[in-house]
Parts: sequence; structure tokens; C-alpha cells
Amino acid sequence: MTDTTAGGDVRLAGISKTYGSFTAVHPLDLTVPQGSFFALLGASGCGKTTTLRMIAGLEDPTTGTVSLGERDVTALPPHKRPVNTVFQSYALFPHLDIHENIAFGLRRRGVASVKKQVAEMLDLVQLGDFAHRKPHQLSGGQQQRVAVARALINHPQVLLLDEPLGALDLKLRRQMQLELKRIQTEVGITFVHVTHDQEEAMTMADTVAVMNGGRVEQLGAPAELYERPRTTFVANFLGSSNLIEAEAVDTGSGEVVVTAGGGKLRLPADRCPEGVRTGSRLLVGVRPEKIALTPAAEADSVAPGRNTVTGRIAASSFIGVSTQYVVESPAGKALEVYVQNVEHRAGLVPGAEVVLHWSPEHTFGLDAAQDIAAGVESVEETP
Amino acid sequence: MTLTDAPPAPPSPPAPVVRRIPSRRRLVPYLLLLPGILWLLVFFALPLLYQASTSVQTGSLEEGYEVTWHFATYWEALAEYWPQFLRSLLYAGTATALCLLLGYPLAYLIAFKAGRWRNLLLVLVIAPFFTSFLIRTLAWKTILADAGPVVDLLNALHVLDVTSWLGLTSGERVLATPLAVVTGLTYNFLPFMILPLYTSLERIDPRLHEAAGDLYASPATVFRKVTFPLSMPGVVSGTLLTFIPASGDYVNAELLGSTDTRMIGNVIQSQFLRVLDYPTAAALSFILMAAVLVSVTVYIRRAGTEDLV
Repeated sequence: MTDTTAGGDVRLAGISKTYGSFTAVHPLDLTVPQGSFFALLGASGCGKTTTLRMIAGLEDPTTGTVSLGERDVTALPPHKRPVNTVFQSYALFPHLDIHENIAFGLRRRGVASVKKQVAEMLDLVQLGDFAHRKPHQLSGGQQQRVAVARALINHPQVLLLDEPLGALDLKLRRQMQLELKRIQTEVGITFVHVTHDQEEAMTMADTVAVMNGGRVEQLGAPAELYERPRTTFVANFLGSSNLIEAEAVDTGSGEVVVTAGGGKLRLPADRCPEGVRTGSRLLVGVRPEKIALTPAAEADSVAPGRNTVTGRIAASSFIGVSTQYVVESPAGKALEVYVQNVEHRAGLVPGAEVVLHWSPEHTFGLDAAQDIAAGVESVEETP
Repeated sequence: MTLTDAPPAPPSPPAPVVRRIPSRRRLVPYLLLLPGILWLLVFFALPLLYQASTSVQTGSLEEGYEVTWHFATYWEALAEYWPQFLRSLLYAGTATALCLLLGYPLAYLIAFKAGRWRNLLLVLVIAPFFTSFLIRTLAWKTILADAGPVVDLLNALHVLDVTSWLGLTSGERVLATPLAVVTGLTYNFLPFMILPLYTSLERIDPRLHEAAGDLYASPATVFRKVTFPLSMPGVVSGTLLTFIPASGDYVNAELLGSTDTRMIGNVIQSQFLRVLDYPTAAALSFILMAAVLVSVTVYIRRAGTEDLV
């Protein structure tokens, strides 16, 4: 069995999986660099878990190959792959105590003395006192840490995590996210993490692949995906976006000017899909927190050069750190605006006429031939 | 606890109402236990005591029996019938082992591989119970009949030469041999092995198999280190449900065996119903009970089931 010595990236080449007439994963090429924390993000049924299970060897791909470094492991059964998995339900062995659960992989590989390594692992996950308990005597968070320790002790080339935090409550989940990130940094093993929680993916991963309908929609660093989504699915699934239907009227000098709802908006040409020309239809997007609100009466105070849209506040909700507004405007029925609660702003109440304005650099353009609502998790409630 | 009629009671009679309801509540569990306890008392404890007293009586059918604390009956019975005792434990043990060997793969198949056939297969396991135990055992008499197709086949394959040499059969016969009795016992008690095995196998989370495989265990090791240990409760209850009734069984030995294959059940039956030597029959029953209790206790200790869920 090879430890980290072989090294190398995880490479998926043309890998796909079909069940009868249903295609869970469309042919997919993906490279996970060695030592990175990689997240597969998507809603349930998008193919992310199937992809993970194909790396683990628990599913046979219909087409394509899985390689670890230079070695093609497609035909290897799970027990011969230098890969370990942290299962969604942890799958701890109920008849073995924590010590034996963690030692399981080492014993299978014929390691004679496991005591020291198990003790080190228990320290790493801060469960030193629990070695002789049975799994059912531990809390969910502790079981989760045992599952991580049981996999990590084998020094796999790649650690696969299948929604490992899904069963934990919110507070514990946040804590475990940091913990897993700490462990990954400490051991330097490649982590491939499957999750449907976009915040989790962005907090932990160096690189996120957003999956939808068995395909990778976009791949990149969390900030890049967030600031420059290339599809409506990514724009809506990662955080939320205001998408406005628009038509390009001027495409010169590194800047695209579009008309939307009777007004003009500007955005950098490099934040638009390629091949945009005058007359092209576009979806213009902006994140809710990038927008500022000014009462219509003070419209003159808005700095020149900013994109502006006029509208009327339809609803507002105060959520402590910020206030969320829903604004009706000719450009869009329900534009979302998040305003930090830095100072109290009189006049921003439902029914008030307002100007929405934001910097053109925060605007992005998407191909209009897509479903504008793709990836929206729940329908916005309008009062 | 919800007191339905407590709160706005009229002021005059509150005390007795409040006191009576809790006391009746406390009685409820005992009232629910009562029918079962009465049943056990009348049909288990009393007959057991009666048998115990019978076993230490002396006398004869004509003059009547009397309790004389004649414990020697036990030693006499054991001295005379120890071969049948030994044979009973041996046959029951062999049948139990065979049931485990035949039943485990089948239970495993039904639990993990049968898919949509699972329920049908379970019904098939239970199906024999729709016919009487006696009829089924008699049917084996036909199946194993001399010069029947089964015996002919075994002869042609020279299997009977081997079993004769081992002392399990004699000549070209299967009927009236130890092999026939053990076969009958195995057949009749197989469902009692399969069902508890199936129940405990079916409860095992298939993700544990995946996890073990993921942790470098080959399929054989997964079975040895995960599946089998987790199915131990089923193995223990299945073997007990098979061994205990099989060791006291007399129908199989009666119908499929001969005088050389008499089990202790047959001895007890004939002492009670033919010889009418009640003290000996009762003493034999108690010795059998003690033997089974001791072997079961030792077995459970060895199997260590208290450690399993």
C-alpha cells in the first residue's frame, strides 16, 4: 500500500455515471491538485456524491478513468485504493470501541503496533479520554471527529468527505468547519469535500466546483466564484444575485453599456460573456450587498459614474447586522438590497421611492439564454 | 401524567378522588401482568412442581405413588439412559450446526442480495409452517424411503458408502439411521435459525460494509471483522431456538429413526405413556432441563452476547 510517498493529484478524465436511462454524472474532467482542500458543491441529486464515490471506488464509473498521481486506479476495488472516506452517517463500527475503530485501517494493513499512532490521532481530534467508549456513547460531533481520525490515521493520498457535517447543528457545524480546516492544514493531505452548504464550501475550500445536473458549472476559488459567476446557477446558488434582463447598446473601450428597465447600466467588458455586441441580450447581475440605497429626494448626492436604478421599497426586514430590502423597479420586480446597519437611515421604509446605486466594477454580465431562476433555493416571498 | 378530572372539582369530595386515582394508576401495570402470571402459574409453575414431586415418589400403578424423597431415581435414570442423553445432545448439536451452516448463507442472501425478492423468500422460509410438523416429518419418510430417488442417487454417488463407514447410515438405507434423524431435525428447525439470523443481518447498516472496504478490508475480512460480529445476536438466538427444542424432540427420532437412534425425548415419552413409570419419566425431564440450562449458560457466557447491543 502506498502512503503519501506516491503523491500527485486526483485526476478524473471523462468520468461519467449512468443508472439505466438516468445520467447522474455527465462526462467530467477534473483535477484536484495535491494538498488542496477541494469542495464539490451542489444541491442534492447534482452528482457530487456519485463523483466522490467513484473516486473512493464505491461506484464504478460508466466511462472515464480515475487517476491518483500517475497511477490509474479505475479498476481497483475500494480496499486497494490509497483513499479514505468520511461517511455522511460516520459509519463507525458499533461493536468496536473508539480505539479499535481508529485502528481498523492500520490493522487491516498489518501494522503491528498501533497504540502510539492511535493515541496521536485521538489527540489530534481532541478525544484522548474516549478511547475505550463505544460509538453510541459519543455525541454527534465526537463521532464525527472519530470518523475523521479513523480515515486520517491511514495517511491516505486523498481524504474524501461526504457531507460530513450534515448531521450536526449549526453552531457545532461552524466549529467543525474550522477544526477540519485546521487538521487539513496540519496534515497537508488532499481533502475532497462534498457539501450542499455554500457557506461551508466557501469557508473551508481553496477551490470549489459548483455542480448542477451532473455537470460542473464553474470551478474556482470561492471569492472568484462569488464575484464573477459565469452562470445564473452559480450566481443564484452561491449567495444571491439580482439578475436584470438587459440589451447591450454600446460595447466599445473595455466597457459595455446596456439598457435595462428604461435606464442605462455600465459594466466592464471583461465581466461579460465573450462575443457581446450591440444588440446582444444579457442578464446583468449585482450582489445585494454591493448596492446602496438613497431616498429619491437625495438622488443628486449619488456620485456620478455609478449604476443607478430607481424603485420603490416593497419590504424591509431588520436582521441585526444588516437590513434587507426588497425593491420594486422597472428593471426587476424584486431586487434585493442588503444594507449594513452602520447608521440609522430615516426614510427607508416600505413605500418609499429610492435610488439603488452601485459601482460598475461590481456588475457582471451573463448569457441571457439561461434560466434566470436556476439555483434559487426558495422562492422569494413578496408581501 | 395527566389527571383528567382533578382541577375544578367541587369543594366537598376532593380528597377521596385525588387519592384513588393515583393508587389505581399504580395498580395498572400489575393488572396488565396478571393474566400472563396466572397463565404461567397454572400451566407452568404448578405442573413443574407436580413433576418435581412425582420425580421423588415411589410406588406402583396398582398401589399408588407416594412422595418418599427417593432421589435415587435420578441416579438410576441417568445410569440407565445416559446413552440416549448423550445422543440427544449430539444430534441436537449436529442439527444446530447444520442449521447454522445452511441458514447463514441463506439469511445473508435474503438480507443483502435479494432486492425485490426479499419478501417472497421470507415467505418461502416460513411456508412449511402452514403444514403440520407431523405431516412434514412423515413426508421425509417418503423422501428418504428405501430405493427412493434420493437413496438411489446417494448410492450411485457412493455417498452412502462413506456415511456407512462413518456409522451414520447402515447398508443401503437412510431411513432408521442417525443421518435420517439429524436430517429431519435440521429440516424442521431451520426456519428458527434463519429468521433471527435474518433479523440481525438486516439491521446492519450497509454503509458499514462500505466503510470497512474503504479501510482496506477485503470482502472476506469485512465479513470476518464486521458482518459476522454484528450478527452474533442472531447467531446466539438462532442456535438457542434450534438447540433447545431439538434436544427434547422425539418426533423425528420416532418417525425417521430406529431403536438405535432413540433420543431422550423418546425415552421420556415411553416412560410416561407406555411403561407408566412416572417417577423415572419426571426425573429424566428434570435432568434434561438441567443439562440444557447448563449448556446454554456456558454457551451464552462464551459467546459474550451481553456485550452486543
